[in-house]
Amino acid sequence: MAEVSVAISNLEFRYGEGDFALRIPELQVARGEALAFVGPSGSGKTTLLHLIAGIVAPVEGRIVTEGVEVSALSEPARRDFRVGAIGLVFQEFELLDYLSVFDNIVLPYRINSTLRLDGRVRTRARELADRLEIAKLLGRRPAQLSQGERQRVAVCRALVVDPPLLLADEPTGNLDPANKLRVLDLLFDVARERGATLVTVTHDHELLPHFDRVLDFKQFTTSDSP
Amino acid sequence: MSGAVYLAWRYIAHHRVKTSILVGAIALIAFLPVGLYVIVGESASALTARADATPLLVGARGSSLELVLSSLYFGSESQEQTRFAETERVAASGFADPIPLYVRFRAGDQPIVGTTLEYFDFRGLHFAAGRRFALLGECVVGATAAQRLGVGPGDAVLSSPESVFDLAGVYPLKMRVSGVLEPTQGPDDAAVFVDVKTAWVIAGLGHGHQDLAASGAAAAVLARVGGRITANASVVEYNEITPENADSFHFHGDLADLPLTGILAVPHDEKARVLLMGRYEEPGLAVQIVRPRAVMDELLETVITIRSYVVAALTTVAVATLAVASLVFGLSLRLRQREIETIVKIGGSRAAVTGLLASEVAFVLVFGALLAGLLTGLFARYGDSAIRALFFA
Repeated sequence: MAEVSVAISNLEFRYGEGDFALRIPELQVARGEALAFVGPSGSGKTTLLHLIAGIVAPVEGRIVTEGVEVSALSEPARRDFRVGAIGLVFQEFELLDYLSVFDNIVLPYRINSTLRLDGRVRTRARELADRLEIAKLLGRRPAQLSQGERQRVAVCRALVVDPPLLLADEPTGNLDPANKLRVLDLLFDVARERGATLVTVTHDHELLPHFDRVLDFKQFTTSDSP
Repeated sequence: MSGAVYLAWRYIAHHRVKTSILVGAIALIAFLPVGLYVIVGESASALTARADATPLLVGARGSSLELVLSSLYFGSESQEQTRFAETERVAASGFADPIPLYVRFRAGDQPIVGTTLEYFDFRGLHFAAGRRFALLGECVVGATAAQRLGVGPGDAVLSSPESVFDLAGVYPLKMRVSGVLEPTQGPDDAAVFVDVKTAWVIAGLGHGHQDLAASGAAAAVLARVGGRITANASVVEYNEITPENADSFHFHGDLADLPLTGILAVPHDEKARVLLMGRYEEPGLAVQIVRPRAVMDELLETVITIRSYVVAALTTVAVATLAVASLVFGLSLRLRQREIETIVKIGGSRAAVTGLLASEVAFVLVFGALLAGLLTGLFARYGDSAIRALFFA
């Protein structure tokens, strides 16, 4: 079997005392695989991305991400792991309006002391910007960019730490059809170039043929408490 | 620069208007009480130094503060008047030398001080150019007054009419500048000094006009009865005293009855000072004698009491300002919740988020303190001149 990027077993997660619960008995994502999660809103797709990234912790079960048992780590340890091992892309881009494009790209290096911003990182950031055709925009602010340009900046930020795993939550949800395919192609290309795993949440069924595998969330979600 | 500090710096640089308002507010609440202490301290030393250098003042009974402000700082305009005869009384006592003062008129914004030559010696005033006044109609201008009026020795200064609508009132007198004083950093700098008789001429108490006995003045003569000549309104009155018409200037009535606004009494010694003060303790006298330092101390006591009220008010304002600043910061945190969540999701540590927010607060406080320090420094450096300009303009 191919190397495993994400391995989930007997996972259970719930928000507080509410009825929502996410149960996943078994799930594995192979290294370098492009996997899409589909399902209705509120079915737990984003929650699963957060669980894989260690943003939230499960009630029960085991999550191993890139060889690290994330579910067993403390919150600070999960943050330190996440910042270096996982690239996150959001639907709303989540760029900081007061930073230039360049500063947004290297943001992970400014918010966690386990990473060090040096000349090598700066060069990589510029190369990535060049690769994603935003090299001329490095001095601009997010507000001065188009939607497509902003999402490319967000992709650059996700890739700057050279993560083995890319988690993208509706990365094309706010883009027009032309930019949608362009950004997706870029995500696939840079993931493949780096041998990175790409796990994406999407509602857009037009994009599904581009993925290696599509997982429907209906099978995981329950709405009653055990 | 650490990441959090860098991000904080970028944030406040991006939101510079909001930051400037916060910095300005912090700077003001820090500066105002300090500035107030500086201004009151400077005022106190400026006021008391002049008062200390003036042992005694004689003037009409009434407000001793107005008498002091008028005679020392040439500031008050509506003080009671005494008579020139009072100078003779002081001199006759044998306890002090009198220096008359008649401070009522202005040349532009500069006070015209009618006095005698002894004033220059008493105040230790030195000439930057020219000489003392020697003739009726001549004046000596202080350094600031010369600068503001744009005059030097040989130029002319025109006294200002008291009211343009008062046809029977004081007419402007053109005075020749005989000298300019060196700067003293005191109220003398802004004054125009004239002989007390010149001041009386400005007041209309002395005047000069064409010789009515001359043959060419017949048209201005209404009647001649013995040696007494009655003139009509066409008689030419002079508004400038020149060597040619100086002899025509005269005062009607007894000089002793002419007005003064105050008399500087320079006692010969401490005993003479006490004895002279005793002379004026008699109840029912129309004149008073005051120690300017005592009057100023009374004034400063009031000022200091007011200052403590103002400081209390400023403290309340400071607390309110800090509360508002905290509220603004709290609300901005709510608005930035998503930004903070993003930082945490990407992998930002709590320390980074706390450091970012703390650095922003620190930047605002440090810039506010620096601005307050700069304002205080400028005030300490230039406040003295500002206060002098304020009080002795």
